[in-house]
Amino acid sequence: MEELSLHILDIIENSTRAGAGLIEITIVEATDRDKLMIEITDDGSGMDEETLGRIMDPFYTTRTVRRVGLGIPLLAQAARAAEGSCTVESRVGDGTRVTAEFRLNHIDRQPLGNMGETMATAIAGNPELDFVYTHRIDDENYRLDTRELRLVLDGVPLNSAPVIAFIRNDIAEALAEMKNRSRTGTER
Amino acid sequence: MAKIKIEDLKKIKERVQAENALRHGDRRVRVTVHMGTCGIAAGAREVMTTLMKEIEEAQVSDVVVTTSGCMGLCSREPEITVEIVGEEPIVYEYVNENKMRQIFRRHILEGEIQTPFVLARGKEQS
Repeated sequence: MEELSLHILDIIENSTRAGAGLIEITIVEATDRDKLMIEITDDGSGMDEETLGRIMDPFYTTRTVRRVGLGIPLLAQAARAAEGSCTVESRVGDGTRVTAEFRLNHIDRQPLGNMGETMATAIAGNPELDFVYTHRIDDENYRLDTRELRLVLDGVPLNSAPVIAFIRNDIAEALAEMKNRSRTGTER
Repeated sequence: MAKIKIEDLKKIKERVQAENALRHGDRRVRVTVHMGTCGIAAGAREVMTTLMKEIEEAQVSDVVVTTSGCMGLCSREPEITVEIVGEEPIVYEYVNENKMRQIFRRHILEGEIQTPFVLARGKEQS
């Protein structure tokens, strides 16, 4: 995978298959600490200790259609390449938290990529689930909570094409604005 | 702090509700984009984005989109399955943005199966 937003989509898809009802995605870009942190938390079925112990093994999967489970190992590899780390916490019945940290300005850090497309895809494919997407760049903050959107939409499905386009564009515009403001602040 | 533009969302709600009121609400087509690690790495997200843009442009409300995991044929990704009510499901392989547009316009809207891109017919066994 060429960008971190694709890894995030992959982890979100894992959460959907674990029966999650709420998936929280948090991204923190801290330029002063040279850190990028990505956290995906779900309230799905969680994993037992044996599964959790083998989560970084690319040749282990609970699925039966193929014999590899590459999602988490690929994210961990991307984190290690940027002097970071990846941890997975999980308990049966409580859900799972995947955290990956990177050195923000590391030459080998993959670009974050298109988070608008990632969130729009996740919501379009799983409109019955709720998502909370929080993105912080230094002091700037963006938050999208599908529970709040549902209240405004009043019965219109989240995966209606105009709603998905709205989500995709809103995220793209908000992140671009935040990055500009952050850059301007740094230059001052 | 960046905020969702609530007024824009309200306008979208009113537009979708008005469009739905003019149509029969039944779903005619289900499109499944296979979204395993292999599919995502091969371009499934871009395929999904293209599909959603096509649906919005065509202003159709009888096409439902969903995602599923890996089918086990990772080397043929991105794959999508098109299920038109009353017809055999069609699995397409090596889908990209251009193929997705063609499949949407010719198969989903006009009913003509795009044979050169077909991997299989029938329901997947999971």
